[in-house]
Amino acid sequence: MTKLPLAGVTVLEFCQYLSGPSAGLRLADLGARVIKIESPKGDACRKLAIEDLWVDNEDSLLFHTINRNKESYAADLKDPLAMVKIKALISQSDVMIHNFRPGVMSKLGLDYDQAKSINKRIIYTEITGFGALGPWSKKPGQDLLIQAKSGLMYTSGNSDNPPVPFGLAIADIICGAHSVQGILAALIRMKKTGIGAKLELSLMESLLDFQFELLTTYYRSDNLPLRSETNNGHTLLGAPYGLHKTRDGFIAIAMVPLNSLAQALNCESLRLYTQQDAFKKRDEIKKIIAAHLINEDNAFWMDKLQSADLWAMEVKNWKALVGEEGFQRMGLVQEIGVEVNTTRCPIRLNNARLYSNKAAPKLGANNDHIEKEFGLI
Amino acid sequence: MKLLEGILVIDFSQFLSGPSASLRLADLGARVIKIEKPETGDICRHLYVSDVKIDDDSTIFHAINRNKESYAADLKNPEDFEKVKKLLAKADVVMHNFRPGVMERLGLDYKAVKRINPSAVYAEISGYGQEGPWKDLPGQDLLLQALTGIIHLSNDAHQPPTPMGVAVIDILAGTHLAQGILAALFQRIGSNEGAFVQVSMLESAMDFQFEVFTCFLNDGYLLPKRSQSNHAHSYVGAPYGVYKTYDGYLALAMGAIPFLGELLRCEPVKKYTDPSEWFIKRDEIKTAFAKHLATDTTAHWLSLLEPADIWCSEVLNYEQLLDQEGYKALDMELMVTTTSGTEVKTTRCPIRVDGELLKSSLGAPELGYHTQGIDHEFEINNTPK
Repeated sequence: MTKLPLAGVTVLEFCQYLSGPSAGLRLADLGARVIKIESPKGDACRKLAIEDLWVDNEDSLLFHTINRNKESYAADLKDPLAMVKIKALISQSDVMIHNFRPGVMSKLGLDYDQAKSINKRIIYTEITGFGALGPWSKKPGQDLLIQAKSGLMYTSGNSDNPPVPFGLAIADIICGAHSVQGILAALIRMKKTGIGAKLELSLMESLLDFQFELLTTYYRSDNLPLRSETNNGHTLLGAPYGLHKTRDGFIAIAMVPLNSLAQALNCESLRLYTQQDAFKKRDEIKKIIAAHLINEDNAFWMDKLQSADLWAMEVKNWKALVGEEGFQRMGLVQEIGVEVNTTRCPIRLNNARLYSNKAAPKLGANNDHIEKEFGLI
Repeated sequence: MKLLEGILVIDFSQFLSGPSASLRLADLGARVIKIEKPETGDICRHLYVSDVKIDDDSTIFHAINRNKESYAADLKNPEDFEKVKKLLAKADVVMHNFRPGVMERLGLDYKAVKRINPSAVYAEISGYGQEGPWKDLPGQDLLLQALTGIIHLSNDAHQPPTPMGVAVIDILAGTHLAQGILAALFQRIGSNEGAFVQVSMLESAMDFQFEVFTCFLNDGYLLPKRSQSNHAHSYVGAPYGVYKTYDGYLALAMGAIPFLGELLRCEPVKKYTDPSEWFIKRDEIKTAFAKHLATDTTAHWLSLLEPADIWCSEVLNYEQLLDQEGYKALDMELMVTTTSGTEVKTTRCPIRVDGELLKSSLGAPELGYHTQGIDHEFEINNTPK
């Protein structure tokens, strides 16, 4: 494979948990050299296991998932001698990312101005919960709490459900992804002009951006998004958009004109509605569809919908998904060095899938090597 | 200097995935020209959501396509096609999200564009990749959520599978496409060699789930289990969840259970002293918390939890959110003016650069508004018949 696009770029990741480290992972998969700067205790995620899964009885599988393809340099940032080495490392790096609460890096002597005085080309990236200013700036930047404040919990589930959180750390993931965008754009300017950059992101701003369609519609209409009574899929979209129960499972039906749907499903009562009713009467229409679909199996309905080229899909779980040829042909699963299977980078470049079997580093695993290579001793 | 100053993006994409990527490139300083079909344009213009419109176009079209130009061209008309080719010769980035095969038929696939402009970064989003048995299926957000297991992660266990109520896969695929484009643009500096960037919604959906799907892959294919009540994350123990209070809802993200029992005076949970029980017995622990938290107000519980530095928050809807000082301090709202002069309030780019907010006041273009100006500027007048 040809050289990866970020070959030669060095990233220092002063981050824990998911937002910053997921950004570091993407940069690593695109070819950057990512060095985690960890306290002598290490990224707290090393000890945060889900399903009690560990690798080599030492670090959590979760940590390994997020931190593969990186190096680890352990340093006590409160120790002046260690700080001299860190500054020497900064002087030879291209990108810094941190996700400490506001003020922490200044106290350590590593805020943007201080970093810039060491390396004027540095791209300094700061990820916080709510930005550096304002009454929320001191609050903990944790995913569920950001979801709670951002209005997101009123977008999923049905109208009689309580607020329903997204069952994944969406704020962390989306903010990490935005950080990568900012860093890459700043690297482009840096390579052209030699000018570094300061990038500031917060989980809250990223999660508001994530809802930009809903917010723009709300600003315009002043009507709060209203989840449908049943089969909710998206608060802004009319019937039939949502998941529908059949005799043996569920199918998803997306934007489909009502007359085409009535025809394909052979549903007489649906013929009484025009396309104008799709949003205004979505609850009653969805109930009619629900009452009709429950009479037959997934396969029966999927056959009708797909032969009419309508947007529908059978609901699957991961077990069913991984057995499908369509999934297997993607080559999305890779094995990394510690006998762990995980996903690869989702971006393909010049027809190549980006694989890396380099496992996550043990705490401080690369200290000696990095000190020699960067002349830190 | 803006980060992407001088970068020209020619964007053939429609709806959300591709256009959300080019919106980000525009906000970072690139010039984005949408190539739209005459008369109809990007289908998203007419995807009216909750029946709210701005001018004649949907609100979401305005949110997704501000800060861009519109060039109307019928790609099946040879004259227009020649003009578009001239535009492509000047492009730094060419992007589309058509189904596999469409750009080949039009003569605008990667190979064809590379002949016109070898230094262009060509980027495409598909639903399910360019090969395999699913390649011709419609790449639509809800369908991908249904296929990839995302619908099994949210809401309580006794509820049906529940989609995430935002087009999360469209947005992530667009985000990943922008990442690939930017990485390729970085590599191109100096070499001037183009690149081919591909993203599929299927791969983006699995990447989104990488933490929990990796767990599944290494744990004998155990499927995720949602909590019976107060569910927030299948792989996290009590108290992680949202709880009804006397007057609203409270999100509670962590805390040692006996300590929380003490702090909230919730007697029944004090006996769970062994942290391994917090996951295994999360349903009964959450049920106990739920019963107790319903007895008093959100403000009351926050007054006990926040001073102890427990991760918690009230749950807000948009109306409540917009009233918060914390929201106002973020200065997230952006007023733009469309080419027809209509003012539209939307949100700005979430990335701050060199201490500045990125606030372009350019609204979405009317269909074909910039065609003539672009023809003139790039000297691509009609080829003589």
